[in-house]
Amino acid sequence: MDATITLIVNGQKRTVVTDPERPLLDVLREDLDVMGPKYGCGEGLCGACTVLMDGKRTLSCITPLGDADKKKITTIEGLADGDRLHPVQQAFLDEGAIQCGYCTPGMILSAVALLKENPRPTDEQITEWMNGNICRCNGYAKILNAVRRAASQIKEVTRS
Amino acid sequence: MIEDTLAEEMVETARPDTVKLSRRTFVQLLGSGLLITVTEGVSLGQGRRGGGGGRSIPVAARIHINKDGTISVMTGKVEEGQGPRAQLSQAAAEELRVHVDLIRLIMSDTGLVPDDGITAGSRTTPSTVPAVRQGAATARELLTDLAARQWKVDPGTLIVREGSIRNEATGKTITYADLANSANVDDAFKQSVSSDIALTPVDEWKTMGTSVARPNSRDVVTGSHKYPSDIVRPNMLYGKILRPPSYGAKLESIDLSKAKAVKGVVVVRDDQFVGCAAPSSLAANRALEAIAKTASWKTVSQVSSRQVHSHLKKNARRGGRPGSRGSVKKGFADASKVLNETYEVAYVQHTPMEPRAAIAEWEDGKLTVWTGVDGPQRVQGDLARTFQVPSERVRVIVPDMGGGFGGKHTGEAAEEAARLAKAFGRPVAVHWTRAEEFTWAYARPAAVIECKGGLDDKGSLIAWDFTSINPGGSAIDTPYRIANTAILSASSDSPLRQGSYRCLGATANNFARESFMDELAAAAGADPLAFRLAHLDNPRIRAVLEAAAKHFDWPRRRRQATADVGIGLACGTEKNSVVAACAQVRIDRRRGRIKVEHVCEAFECGPIQNPANLLSQVQGCITMGLGPALREQLQFEDGKILNASFAGYLVPRFKDVPKLDIQLMNKTDTPSAGAGETPIIAIAPAVANAVFAATGIRVRSMPMEDALRKQL
Repeated sequence: MDATITLIVNGQKRTVVTDPERPLLDVLREDLDVMGPKYGCGEGLCGACTVLMDGKRTLSCITPLGDADKKKITTIEGLADGDRLHPVQQAFLDEGAIQCGYCTPGMILSAVALLKENPRPTDEQITEWMNGNICRCNGYAKILNAVRRAASQIKEVTRS
Repeated sequence: MIEDTLAEEMVETARPDTVKLSRRTFVQLLGSGLLITVTEGVSLGQGRRGGGGGRSIPVAARIHINKDGTISVMTGKVEEGQGPRAQLSQAAAEELRVHVDLIRLIMSDTGLVPDDGITAGSRTTPSTVPAVRQGAATARELLTDLAARQWKVDPGTLIVREGSIRNEATGKTITYADLANSANVDDAFKQSVSSDIALTPVDEWKTMGTSVARPNSRDVVTGSHKYPSDIVRPNMLYGKILRPPSYGAKLESIDLSKAKAVKGVVVVRDDQFVGCAAPSSLAANRALEAIAKTASWKTVSQVSSRQVHSHLKKNARRGGRPGSRGSVKKGFADASKVLNETYEVAYVQHTPMEPRAAIAEWEDGKLTVWTGVDGPQRVQGDLARTFQVPSERVRVIVPDMGGGFGGKHTGEAAEEAARLAKAFGRPVAVHWTRAEEFTWAYARPAAVIECKGGLDDKGSLIAWDFTSINPGGSAIDTPYRIANTAILSASSDSPLRQGSYRCLGATANNFARESFMDELAAAAGADPLAFRLAHLDNPRIRAVLEAAAKHFDWPRRRRQATADVGIGLACGTEKNSVVAACAQVRIDRRRGRIKVEHVCEAFECGPIQNPANLLSQVQGCITMGLGPALREQLQFEDGKILNASFAGYLVPRFKDVPKLDIQLMNKTDTPSAGAGETPIIAIAPAVANAVFAATGIRVRSMPMEDALRKQL
C-alpha cells in the first residue's frame, strides 16, 4: 500500500508517494536522484549507506521509508556550504583519505555524526565509532588521520 | 573464461595494440564540457590485453589539445581506487611540460579511448605510463615542429615550458592552445606515437614523483562523482536475475505468469536465463521472489569447503616439467635434516565496496553499457559476441568505480543488463546484491602447497621441493640461493568459480614459502633474518629486508620475550617489485584471537611516481592482506555459500588496523614497477611466523585464527 511520505532532504522538502516499506536508501537513490548514499550490503553491516537523520547517524539501507517521514535527512550532497566544504570533507581531501571513494560518503557522514556527539574523540573512540564502516581498499590509516584532522580543526573553530 | 583470466594474469607479456582509424570523425561532447574531435565507431585497439600498447596508435588517439588550453588525454585504463587517474595525468603533464591541472584524463570508454589492455597485473605503471608518456612527448615534438614551421626556425632552437613554446632568440612564445587554434594540429596528430622518443629522465621529473591527488577527489567527497551503480537513464528499469539455489543447479520448470501479471513488472526467460525488471528495486525483488517460489531445480552434488583441500590435492594435475635447478634427489640425499610440510589457503572473495553493476541501453541496434569492469575493451568484445553485433556497435563505459582488486575482470552484470534491456526495449540497470557478489563472483583460488626442504650439516638450505596446487604460479620461484630445486605449479579441479585477485597466487605461494623458510631456520637453529640473508643474493630483496628489520628494531625485539607476544618477518618479490614485512602479534588464548599490533613494511618498486598514492597502496595491501590471513574464508556446502554476508565473512575493519610503519624506498636506477599488488604478499607469512614466535604453534593454514584455535 502506497503512502505519502515527506522528507527534508538536505534542507529541501521532498514528498513521495510510494511503498513505505522501501528502504530509505532506495527512495533517495531511485526516486529523489540523491546518489551520495551507496548500497554496500543491504544489511546495515558496512556503513556505505550512512546518512544523518535529524542529525543522527542512520543506516539508510535498513531504515524503512516510513520511519523517515517528516525527518531531516542529510546526505553527503548536503554537507558543504556552497563551495566551502565541511571540515570533515576538507580533511579527507587534505589527508588523501580516498582510494576508490565508494565508502567515502558513509565514512564522512559517520565522522560528522561522531564529532557532533564528541568533538574531542580519542583514537580509541574514533576507531570504536567508525568500526561499522568498511573500506575494502583498506584505507583506514588515512581515514583515521582525516577524522583526527577534522576534530582538531573543529576544535580550533570552536575556540576562535 | 575465468581460467583464461587466471592464465593471462600469470603470463604478463604485453602485446602491442593495433589501431584502425576511420577517416570520418565526429564531435563528441564530453563530460568535462569540452568539445573534442574523436574517431567514430571504430575500435581503437584490437589487442585484448597487455597494458601498454599504443606503439602504433596515432597521437590523436592519445592526446587532444583543447581550445581552452586544457589537454585531453585518452586511456583505456580504469580507475578503481588504485591511482591511475592521477598517475597517468602526471605522466602526460610531465612530457607535455604542462601543469597537471591542465590534463583532462578520459578513461575507459571504448568509444573514445585506445585499448591499453585490462587494468590488472600491475601493468599500468610499467606499460601504460610509458605509452602515455610517449604519446605526450610525441605530441610535444609535433607541436614544437608546427611552431618552428610558423616561425621558419629550427625546432631545436625552441624551448617548451609550461605549455608554451618559446623562441629564445626572438622572445616570441606561443601556447599549445594558440597553436591548436592557428595551425593544423589535427593533421599533425595523425602521425603515430613514437616508441623510441626520449622520455624525461627521473632526475628531471617535475610532476612525476610528486604526490598529485586523484584529480576528481573533490567530486568523491561531495558525492557528485557518479559510480557505475549511480548511472541513471531515462525510462530505466531495475533488473534482477534469477540465480540457481546452488552451484550447478539446472532450471527444470518455472511459472512466470503471476509475476507478469503485476503492473509494471516485465519478465523474460531464455532457457536457463530468467530475469525481471520493474520501476523500483523493491518491486523487482518482489517479482523475483514470486518467480523463484515457482522454480524447480535439478541440483548436483558439490564439494564442500571442509573437503576442499583434499579435493584439490586429489585432482591436482601434476603433469608438466617443474622449474628446477640441480638435482633435488641428490640434494635430499646429501641433506642431514629434511622437513616436509603442507600449507593450505581458503577461498576468499574480493568484496569490493561497490558490487557489480551495469546499465544497458539499446538504440538503433547499438548497445551502450555503463559498468564497473577492469577491461572495457574485453567486455565490449564479449558483448559483441554474445549479441552477435559488430564490436563497433557496442560501447562500454566504465566510470571510476568502487573497487575491484582483481575481481572485476569479467562483465557478468553488463551482459545481464544488456539481455534484459534488449528483451524489454528499455534501459535496464542490474545491481548485484552483496550476497550475489559473495556467491556468483569468482573467488581467489584456494590452495594446497607441499614443501620439502633439506639442510646440510652447517644449516644451509641445499634442497627445495615446492608443489603449489591451484593458486597459480605467481611468485612461485624461490628467491633464495639453493643448489637443488624442483618447483611446480599444478592446476586442479576448483569447486568454485575462481580467478584473479590482488597479486593472485603470490599471496598463497609466499605464505607457504616464507612460513617454511621460518621452519627451516628454526630447524637450523638460526635467526629467521640471518637465515634468509645467508641465502639471499638479490640485492633489492636484501635491501628491503634489512630496511624493514632495522626500522622494526628486529634484533632487540627478538631478544625481548613476552608471554603470548611474538614477532615474525617475511619477504618476497613479484611483478618486479620487492617487499619485506616485520609484524608483532599478541595472542588472546581465551578467545583464540590474533591481534596484529605493529607492522613495519619496506617496499621498493623503482622510481616512485606518486609517493602519497604509493603509501595508500602499501597501507591498503597490508590491511587487506590481514583479512585472508586471519579470518576471511568462503564457507560452502552443497553448492551454497554459507557466509555470503559481512556478518559471517569477516573483512578487516578499523579495529583490525595495526600500527603501520612503512618504508618506501626510491630506487631511481631501474624502471618503475606497479605497486598495487606486491605489498600484500609479505604480511600473511610475517604474521604466521610471529604467531609461531608467540606460541610455539606453527599455523599452516589461512585463515589462521580458525587454524590456531584448533591447535591451542
